[in-house]
Amino acid sequence: MASVPSPEVLRAPLVVEFPFTRSLGPVQSAFLTGLRERTVLGVRTGDGRTLVPPVEYDPVTAEEIRDLVEVAATGTVTTWAWNHAPRRGQPLDTPFAWVLVRLDGADTALLHALDVPGPDAVRTGMRVRVRWAGERVGAITDIACFEAYEGEAAEAGPAPHTGAFDDPVTGIVAAARLDYTYSPGRAQSAYINALSDRRTVGERCPSCRKVYVPPRGACPTCGVATVERVEVGPRGTVTTYCIVNIKAKNLDIEVPYVYAHIALDGADLALHARIAGIPCDQVRMGLRVEPVWTEGGRYPDHYRPTGEPDADYDTYKELV
Amino acid sequence: MAPHERRPVTVVAFGQSDHRRTTDEVSEVEMLMPVLHEVLAATGLKTSDIGFTCSGSSDYLAGRAFSFTMALDGVGAWPPISESHVEMDGAWALYEAWVKLQTGEADTALVYSYGKSSPGSVRDVLTRQLDPYYVAPLWPDSVALAALQAQALIDAGETDEPALAGVATRSRTAAATNPHAQLRGAVARGEYAVRPLRTGDCPPVGDGAAAVILAAGERARELCERPAWIRGIDHRIEAHGLGVRDLTDSPSTRLAAERAGVFERPVDTAELHAPFTSQEVVLRKALRLADDVTVNPSGGALAANPMMAAGLIRIGEAAARIHRGASDRAVAHATSGPCLQQNLVALLEGETRG
Ligand SMILES: [Zn+2]
Repeated sequence: MASVPSPEVLRAPLVVEFPFTRSLGPVQSAFLTGLRERTVLGVRTGDGRTLVPPVEYDPVTAEEIRDLVEVAATGTVTTWAWNHAPRRGQPLDTPFAWVLVRLDGADTALLHALDVPGPDAVRTGMRVRVRWAGERVGAITDIACFEAYEGEAAEAGPAPHTGAFDDPVTGIVAAARLDYTYSPGRAQSAYINALSDRRTVGERCPSCRKVYVPPRGACPTCGVATVERVEVGPRGTVTTYCIVNIKAKNLDIEVPYVYAHIALDGADLALHARIAGIPCDQVRMGLRVEPVWTEGGRYPDHYRPTGEPDADYDTYKELV
Repeated sequence: MAPHERRPVTVVAFGQSDHRRTTDEVSEVEMLMPVLHEVLAATGLKTSDIGFTCSGSSDYLAGRAFSFTMALDGVGAWPPISESHVEMDGAWALYEAWVKLQTGEADTALVYSYGKSSPGSVRDVLTRQLDPYYVAPLWPDSVALAALQAQALIDAGETDEPALAGVATRSRTAAATNPHAQLRGAVARGEYAVRPLRTGDCPPVGDGAAAVILAAGERARELCERPAWIRGIDHRIEAHGLGVRDLTDSPSTRLAAERAGVFERPVDTAELHAPFTSQEVVLRKALRLADDVTVNPSGGALAANPMMAAGLIRIGEAAARIHRGASDRAVAHATSGPCLQQNLVALLEGETRG
């Protein structure tokens, strides 16, 4: 069932991107450094199985395991799936098979991509070998992918390996990017839309009659939907404040400046904003303020004193 | 309470939203609130009467940190309430609430969960729960991993593509009578998504919310005419390395079911959280379901799979069947992670009608 978004509901692209820096344990470090050197390492469990890729704790007994062995770069497909439409970040940008491959000498399988012309060229049990990436850095992507390989499995079992390499890799940077289309929903869309007309709207709770600004669509006290839209402000009262003396990164406001909670007239929740147009040491609780908009600004740049007498404490004490 | 003796806990109310492909017009709390009001109205409880509140959701779906705090407005979190949150499906939030009721510190609990998959690409989002060293850098999406499991089942002779089509058809036909389902009635199997899975083998992507109210002991009888007693509940996990596991089986589901007491007597209903047709094959085997058990009469996750709520919905649907007398003994299952990595099993019973 498709729903037609109401025209006033806002949508905007939202990209969440972060380079996760992760440190490696001794076994992971040896494995990923090994890939850089075209060597595939596994780890032996207490009951003599060889796990590839290797882990630091036995998945059955939870015992610490450190007994590294070298296995072959050839193996057998244990299961597969045909990916006709590769997605961003995947190992190949042409259609490929996802495969679990049990490398010769290993008892478990490694997940990767298999480069073959089409699904008819893949089967469970097929023989494959590693295709190494041209430039290797010590990451799972040092295996560019697997490719078809006609040879039989090696006779020799896994060979002991010290896991020692020159210049071992001790960490990886795992880049992550996810793309979203953010929609703030009905209540917050109305708030943002009103700001573009230099108005501030809140919503009144049908139960306790409080006016929330910015509105989020629900009253946190009553747990019911807020529906009645109410225009508040533009003037308001400083309920509390602080003086900021440390400059935030990427913020071009000179310190010190005052950051305050402001109860807009008609609102039952204070919102926060910067106060300017008055020396920091003269800002006080009860100060009456009004918004100052800049050309093209999508919200008030700051608030300044109106010159009115201070508000009586009783008029805003519930909002402190 | 004697040592090792469990306090009887029941599901007394269940509600869910209509699950839809997109819900741009509402925020998470706006989507959730009608569902909360539904379960509160069903029991006559107010939010201030609830002893413990626990929710399940995911920041990765929302694309925002601490996204669950916004949804708290919907439960009346001021003045302060006893509250907790799991970054998982709501079935695990229900487990936490069940444990809380076992301590005797609360007699009632509100459990809710919700997820909006529509703002992002859920196939990509779910890659972020994979092993960050060996797997996540390859970005294998959730459908690809399920397809590997499906091929393993086909290779083992446990199913084939026509049998999987049968699962899809039965699920979506069952959903014809579920007003909340996103997909209803038979649908074409579609093209391959990731072979051997076709689009018809995969769950719809959508937004939705669910809530249940739990009550302990005598409170249950006051709040619900035929409460669904949680006779057992347990959850287990398997190795995170996919190549370590036998993908054709689910030993964690079997162990959880054994601990929950599922195998002591036959069940008449099973609500299985099997987002992919092939996973139903695995779960039926793990839970030793007889052919006469009614499986996913709601349509299951193939008809509506709101991330973070679909597992809680399985428990809720099983409980609702007991509430209305359509079931006496039901097993509900929830899963999380790739290829049924984590599994929760709850055994629900209605009292004998006389
Ligand atoms: Zn209110």
